[in-house]
Amino acid sequence: MAFFQAQRDAQAQLMDTAARMRGRSLWKDAAERFARNKAAMTGVVVLSIIALMSVIGPMISPHTLEDLAWDAIGLPPTFENSHWFGTDDTGRDMWVLTWTGARVSLTIGIMTTVIALSIGVIYGATAGYVGGRIDNAMMRFVDVIYALPLLFFIIILVTVFGRNIYLVFVAIGCVEWLTMARIVRGQTLSVKRKEYIEAALAAGVRTPTIVKRHVIPNVIGPVIVYVTLLVPTNILVESYLSFLGLGVQEPLTSWGVLISRGSNALETTPWLLLIPATCLALTMFCFNFIGDGLRDALDPKDR
Amino acid sequence: MLSYALKRLGIAAPTMFVVVSLSFFLMHLAPGGPFDADANLEPQVIENLKAAYDLDKPLIQQYAIYVGKVFKGDFGPSIIYQDRTVSQLIATGLPVSLRVGLSAILIAALIGISLGITAALNQNKPTDYVVMAAAMTGIAVPSFVLAPLMTLIFGVLLQMLPIATLEPSGSFARNFPALAPITPYILPVIALAIPQIAVISRLTRGAMIEVLRQNYIRTARAKGLKEQRVVWRHALQAGLLPVVSYLGPAIAGIVTGAVVVESIFQLPGMGRFFIQGAINRDYPLVLGIVIIFAGAIIMMNLIVDMLYGLLDPKVKLDA
Repeated sequence: MAFFQAQRDAQAQLMDTAARMRGRSLWKDAAERFARNKAAMTGVVVLSIIALMSVIGPMISPHTLEDLAWDAIGLPPTFENSHWFGTDDTGRDMWVLTWTGARVSLTIGIMTTVIALSIGVIYGATAGYVGGRIDNAMMRFVDVIYALPLLFFIIILVTVFGRNIYLVFVAIGCVEWLTMARIVRGQTLSVKRKEYIEAALAAGVRTPTIVKRHVIPNVIGPVIVYVTLLVPTNILVESYLSFLGLGVQEPLTSWGVLISRGSNALETTPWLLLIPATCLALTMFCFNFIGDGLRDALDPKDR
Repeated sequence: MLSYALKRLGIAAPTMFVVVSLSFFLMHLAPGGPFDADANLEPQVIENLKAAYDLDKPLIQQYAIYVGKVFKGDFGPSIIYQDRTVSQLIATGLPVSLRVGLSAILIAALIGISLGITAALNQNKPTDYVVMAAAMTGIAVPSFVLAPLMTLIFGVLLQMLPIATLEPSGSFARNFPALAPITPYILPVIALAIPQIAVISRLTRGAMIEVLRQNYIRTARAKGLKEQRVVWRHALQAGLLPVVSYLGPAIAGIVTGAVVVESIFQLPGMGRFFIQGAINRDYPLVLGIVIIFAGAIIMMNLIVDMLYGLLDPKVKLDA
């Protein structure tokens, strides 16, 4: 009896330890690794500030988007008159313009990524899950579109169907889902045949639980990383379009529009280019650092 | 290898067909047409103009006529550049774009790979950090910001290089007369190459670090090979694979980047014709340029894939 008692004690102790160890989930692990990454955390902080300013920035200033200060045209950044970022060649306040542009650029980056994410995940997961001939056909189609000069199609779309901002969303989103579809398909395929899925099946775990506990955590890592890299890519695509005069139209503004206008008068009023360009570059830095940090945190190879 | 190339060309044909059809219907299905801007034209004149460009016929018939012409190598007349055919415009624009694009991709590959190897060999040392910080900056600062800045510094302030012209001028051309003909291309090529240099150097660094940890590299070192031979002969072959497979997207990126860079530096290349054509609804011009660019991208991808097959013994192209 003493033997069984000892065994039971040992078992209880084991259960106890297991219970105490439960707190360390996959995600908590990744979050801790991410929080230790200084570059990535700096990225999060700076990006939050930019996002916050894009919301409250225009409200802080006494000026509005429509104000044309005829007595202060082409003013360099100054504390006088509260033109903190100066004014442009029509006397509009650059502080208000820059943060309104931030609002538009960030919205476009996020919205287009959401569109690309939805199409890509549905398409890729279907192809990977169904497999066989359908998978083959679906991915061959992706290969075909992949070979096309996609920016050209966006340009044709926006020039031909009028230049409104929603069309820019849809055009970029509909074109940028290809890589997402490839990533999701590859992940789904590789996870589908993993031993731990088989083991879970053999142990009688039900399908929704398998999907929730085993499939999603293993598929979603690369997707999250790619999303953080797709947002800046799409912000850049929009800036390209706006720079060419094909994206966001005045009086609405975006960083691309501001950079385009600023680069025309670089000699006399350099801040018109430098301020929005710095904001854009900072945002690119932040997203890339966050993306790199997430990759390091979520990459199963490093565990 | 040959059968693989033929098979790929077999896929390229339907791809081109998709490109032509997609762009044709995208442009024609939208409301409006190329003569909308000329509001003061008589209705009868517009009718005649439309008839001259076959725009009065049903869409399907226009499509059939267009595809038939393209098969014979005829892209039709341009609408905005009167008296010029699209083929003539392409003949003037393509050499400029090719010169800029090919130089940019060559420079990007050479500098990017060298920087990546340098960083990998000095992993976590100051050199590595400097290279990677520079690469990050190259990714974060887009070409349409770099280009105006470079124009201001080297063109306007230092008067070193010509801007917005294909005529050589500036102090650089005077001091090095032998290099004068390339001076108009220096700034556009740099603006186009920098983002790709950044990506390629990051890729090379990552791949080389991975390869240098492999057992066969340790074996090569253990049997007493010189470090140079280990790096250049053993590590580089495997380390370059991700770079080679990135060259496909890089070429597509440079082709599309050229649109912006040509606009900024006002080079008379394909990109400028494309933008002008798209804005003014010059159907034949836009379609012709899309066909040429898509064809170029498909061909370059084929070359890249065959190069990959040569470099990676694990890849069998005939399969």
